[in-house]
Amino acid sequence: MNVIEASHITKSFKGARAVDDISFSVGQGEIFGMVGPNGAGKTTTIRMLMDIIKPDSGKISILGEAVKEETKNRIGYLPEERGLYRKITVTESLTYLAALKNFKGGPARDRATKLLERVDMLQHKDKKIEELSRGMGQIIQFIATILHDPDLIVLDEPFAGLDPVNTELLKQLILELKGQGKSIILSTHMMNQVEELCDRFLMINKGQAVLYGSLAEIKSRFRNNSIFLECNRLPEELPGVIGSKNHGKYVELFLDGKTSPSEILAALVNGGISVDRFEVSTPSLNEIFIQVVKEGQ
Amino acid sequence: MKKTLTILKHEFKQTLKRKSFIIMTLAVPLLLVLGYGIYQGVQHWYQPGEPEEIKIGYVDEAGGFDQYTSQLGITFIPYPSEEEAKDALLAKEVEEYFVIPTDYLSSGFITRYTLERERKVPAETWQGIEGFLLSNLLAGEVSSPEILDRAKTPMLMTSFQLDESGEIAPSQDEFTRYFLPIIFALLFVFALFFSSGFLLQSVTEEKENRVIEIILSSVSSRQLLAGKVLGLGAAGLLQIAVWLTAIRVFAEVASLNIPALSDFSISSSLLIWAVVYFILGYLLFAALYAGIGSLGSTAREGQSWSGIIVMPAILPMVLMSFIINNPESGLSTALTLFPLTAPITAMMRLPSDAVSAWEIAASLLILAGSVVLTMWAAAKVFRVFLLMYGKRPALREIVRYVREA
Repeated sequence: MNVIEASHITKSFKGARAVDDISFSVGQGEIFGMVGPNGAGKTTTIRMLMDIIKPDSGKISILGEAVKEETKNRIGYLPEERGLYRKITVTESLTYLAALKNFKGGPARDRATKLLERVDMLQHKDKKIEELSRGMGQIIQFIATILHDPDLIVLDEPFAGLDPVNTELLKQLILELKGQGKSIILSTHMMNQVEELCDRFLMINKGQAVLYGSLAEIKSRFRNNSIFLECNRLPEELPGVIGSKNHGKYVELFLDGKTSPSEILAALVNGGISVDRFEVSTPSLNEIFIQVVKEGQ
Repeated sequence: MKKTLTILKHEFKQTLKRKSFIIMTLAVPLLLVLGYGIYQGVQHWYQPGEPEEIKIGYVDEAGGFDQYTSQLGITFIPYPSEEEAKDALLAKEVEEYFVIPTDYLSSGFITRYTLERERKVPAETWQGIEGFLLSNLLAGEVSSPEILDRAKTPMLMTSFQLDESGEIAPSQDEFTRYFLPIIFALLFVFALFFSSGFLLQSVTEEKENRVIEIILSSVSSRQLLAGKVLGLGAAGLLQIAVWLTAIRVFAEVASLNIPALSDFSISSSLLIWAVVYFILGYLLFAALYAGIGSLGSTAREGQSWSGIIVMPAILPMVLMSFIINNPESGLSTALTLFPLTAPITAMMRLPSDAVSAWEIAASLLILAGSVVLTMWAAAKVFRVFLLMYGKRPALREIVRYVREA
């Protein structure tokens, strides 16, 4: 069963379509990327999933049903516009936000302690948020998102404003959650984060879905059939290669589409050439995005 | 419902922890104790012990003023000449002296000399000298000492107001008529504006902190509004309860020592009306404030908007002396019926018994209706604007959203 099923959701603000007929599904235990430039409609889509705003049309089902109060208790949401109470302590903030998810009392406090320990911030539990650094505050917000042990976790630009150390910590935490079988939606405008973490993704531009599917499948679809090669010398002729481009330190070989990269490698090795680098070129998600947007125009 | 309760508890607890709430709540009992302390201190300082025997000298040039030289704790000492009287005054043998001139009977003039700096003649001295003169004047004419006494104090008056049926209407002292409405209205205004002000603050803080979206992913905007309104309302009621208890206890204790407070009482029916009006009034202002709080991006913006509501609400305070003096006027009735001014005006008029039952019923009905309507609109505004930041929406936009949402 899919954790999220969204079909043909549309939302307009003052006549402008923020989200235009978007459909997607998120499977159990996967990290699902939602990518696109700023203002593409990611946050609006997420707010509709969270039942904070209602779609003009379309259907959303989460954890097998239309969103109701019990469903909300099983979702953890880290919004893009986020913050915490500045005047109350870390523990108070965490337990209050968990109580709003119907997770309270001793179990809530125990889990808060455990999670704070995991991120090495237990010593700050009685400090007010305003006494903590911005990065620490962000980690606390993340803990607030997952404190009630949700099955579905929605993270909107979770890495924004984090330093490299905390970024790494957060990535680890996300991968741990995936390991526990949680489903995670990761919304970001940073394509490289999707490449690094996500199994499948939805690419949105101007409210419309432009790409949707598994990362590996889409990457292979956009492979431009070339090879980066770094070696001591180039043979006069390689069967299956129809052209080459010199990049200085390395050459890019363009294949004819019938020959596989491994056949080329075999030919090189058989020719007695010492190969330092042999890489099947796959475009980055960034390049794919630019290509798709250009084609769409 | 459960989550509304969680929000209610949280808001209640957070408000009780606010410094401004604690200070305001304790201020009234502290002021009472302080005022009582000052009163006691002043009493003690003014009456160090038994009043001393006062000696007043006099020079009798008119003749015949030689009897009754002891009056109300004052001893009158005759001196043959003004010089000797003055010497006695400077030697502190007497506190003061006066001269009864030869033409006293026809003119009535006497002259008094004292070393004290005073604004006017002390009442005791005035009465003492008056009694002394009167007694001596009538000494030859009246034989009965009773008539003499009555002539000195011709009446001790008690007056009553009769109602239409000829029964004696319950007496209303100054305190019940003037001070009670003022104290009530003031406390009421404080509690009302403080708790709805806290509500405004709590909404705008969550918006400014950007916690609001996290909360809205757990609860609906309706649950959030209900939890906040009820939580802060409970805190406001607690504050009023503390104040009224303090006043009652204080009145009990203080009336033992301050005679003016001995017949002080707040009737139970008045208290019940106060609670009813407070709850309805609070709900109305809370809904308005919550709606306003959700419009601005920052707490400061919310505050500046709230002025629009405060203006009509404090109108009864501005007109306080008029309302208290003319509780039956048309303006007073109108202000009791208009929902924004109703709670405070009613608090000023109710102690005077000038409000008829239909007026209370109509005013409560209009107020309750306004509460329902405002809550409904506030919930809509709340839902639409809580997540909007940036430009402040125009009134037309708000109205459109309320209709469409």
